Amino acid sequence: MGKNLFQKVWEKHLVRELPSGQSQLFIGLHLIHEVTSPQAFAMLRELGLKVAYPDRTYATCDHIIPTDGRERPFADPMAEEMMQAIERNTKEFGIQFFNPESGAQGVVHIVGPEQGLTQPGMTVACGDSHTATHGAFGAIAFGIGTSQVRDVLATQTMTISPFKVRKVEIKGKLGEMVTSKDVILHVIRKLGVNGGLGYAYEFCGEAVENMSMEARMTLCNMAIEGGARVGYINPDEVTFEYLKGRPYAPKGEEFEKRKEYWKSIASDPDAEYDDVVVFEASEIEPMVTWGINPEQGIGISETIPAPKNDTMKEALEYMKFGAGDKMEGKKIDVCFIGSCTNGRIEDFRMAAKYLKGRRVASHVRALAVPGSYEVKALAEKEGLDVIFTEAGFEWREPGCSMCLAMNPDRLKGDQISASTSNRNFKGRQGSSTGRTLLVSPVMAVAAAVEGCITDCRKIFGGVK
Amino acid sequence: MKLEAIKQVKGTAVPVAGDDIDTDRIIPARYLKCVTFDGLGLALFFDERFGEGGKPLGHPVDAPEYKGARFIISGNNFGCGSSREHAPQAIIRAGYDVIIAGSFAEIFFGNSTTLGIVCVTLPDAERAELMALVKKDPKSEFMLDVEARTLTAGGKTYSVGIKDGARKAFLDCTYDSLAQLLSGKDQVKELEAKLAYRF
Repeated sequence: MGKNLFQKVWEKHLVRELPSGQSQLFIGLHLIHEVTSPQAFAMLRELGLKVAYPDRTYATCDHIIPTDGRERPFADPMAEEMMQAIERNTKEFGIQFFNPESGAQGVVHIVGPEQGLTQPGMTVACGDSHTATHGAFGAIAFGIGTSQVRDVLATQTMTISPFKVRKVEIKGKLGEMVTSKDVILHVIRKLGVNGGLGYAYEFCGEAVENMSMEARMTLCNMAIEGGARVGYINPDEVTFEYLKGRPYAPKGEEFEKRKEYWKSIASDPDAEYDDVVVFEASEIEPMVTWGINPEQGIGISETIPAPKNDTMKEALEYMKFGAGDKMEGKKIDVCFIGSCTNGRIEDFRMAAKYLKGRRVASHVRALAVPGSYEVKALAEKEGLDVIFTEAGFEWREPGCSMCLAMNPDRLKGDQISASTSNRNFKGRQGSSTGRTLLVSPVMAVAAAVEGCITDCRKIFGGVK
Repeated sequence: MKLEAIKQVKGTAVPVAGDDIDTDRIIPARYLKCVTFDGLGLALFFDERFGEGGKPLGHPVDAPEYKGARFIISGNNFGCGSSREHAPQAIIRAGYDVIIAGSFAEIFFGNSTTLGIVCVTLPDAERAELMALVKKDPKSEFMLDVEARTLTAGGKTYSVGIKDGARKAFLDCTYDSLAQLLSGKDQVKELEAKLAYRF
């Protein structure tokens, strides 16, 4: 029997088994940001410890940073304090900080890959649950808490127990305007928000092989929303092509040599899995959520199901929707395109393609927030910013923005947002009664233009 | 770091009903704007406890009869969502150190264990019994025995689910893992030198 990628990467990074029965695992790349790291650095200082491997640690700021301007000090004094803390901490402990001045700042899960830091066969950790994103490269990436950030800073290792591996195969080809966001919302709906507990998800199949790196990152990004802390895809030529020429990727001969390693860690054809699930790509429609967790979603042609449990009842009450309602036609107030889920260049290209020559409905506030300065610069070079602004979108500076509303970008009252982000929890977008509908960038643009949730295929059919 | 082994926990319990209580509900993101964890106890379940203008919404954690409780009883998939350690920090700083749920999200479970919060599981029917018990008699005493994997309440003893690694760490006083990790320094160095990649 062969091995899967998870097993191979785990073995290469296993330091030892601890007396507790847990494993001490080496972390090849540690990414940090301003929200979950300050307490970890405070603990290091208190204990008189240094960062063990500063050259394996990289920082950015994304959660609290305002996206409407970069003037310092920030208007929010707490945000300013957190920014100063990460500036001080990275300087004192000798860590590379991708700040706004570097031109590389952005959402941590966008910056790592575009800098070429994230590579196949690595272990990656970051104090953020969407770290699974990096699994798109064939890395094993863990979201961790602040005490573990401290552990990784101090030792470059963490305690963890191995996961089971579930192969999630998406067979066949995706339909028109059906994106990897729709795929992952479909998978979560079918397997449940806690269906992945104890598992790493290996995504594979024709539909996944045909995806770009950006689309693969969207897919892995939301593994955690299905309860799986880790999601990954075996590396292939698409992965290697993406990495070529990136600042921190190996160069020349070293690249070819590293490629051998990258290829070697892919799952063997006869690899063993703890579970296998197969979905047909042709059955996946553009998706939209109607409830308060990512499992509560439907295909655009469906109706909201009758509540089967208290959580569903609670969701309908909070969202002010009824069982049997179609999501098509639900009026929106805000459209948010961005986040670590859908804030990459391809997302903006896709959105702009359909937005071109159209206008955002007059009652809708629309925000386009590039995931990084690199995404922003590339988009502007291609003229995408003009398409967005002419259509009535605000074109912002990079950051997490309205995905979790730690900065000033927030919903008001019970506004409804069509959002390309990853969580539709109660209050997630900054208002304790705000309502979030998770969608793909194409569905978000369709909703912005029509002013209500719409089947993107109906209005954009035939757009080249 | 001064850690104490956790063998038994005694106290009263507060019912926090519902499945999928996510970390945004446990602590809304705006309270993550901080450089220390001090004072986070006040932000626990904030938007479920207070409505517009700070109007109390009658959340059980604010009910006088549940004051001083150490146990939280909740539903399935407790702590799903973000990796913010601020969530278990808010819980422990508000005085709770045992959570009884149907299941726990993984990152939350790990974060809680590191802080010395004992997360145990019980099936739906048994949790419903305990919910009913504390609604009827909020002062019912709960006794969790980590070693024996039992919970005694209302004159009944329940077998609770507790992960082996976490249980051992509580009993051995190694739930804060840093000291153990630091002791493996030489092995870490050796592994790092052999790794196929660096920057």
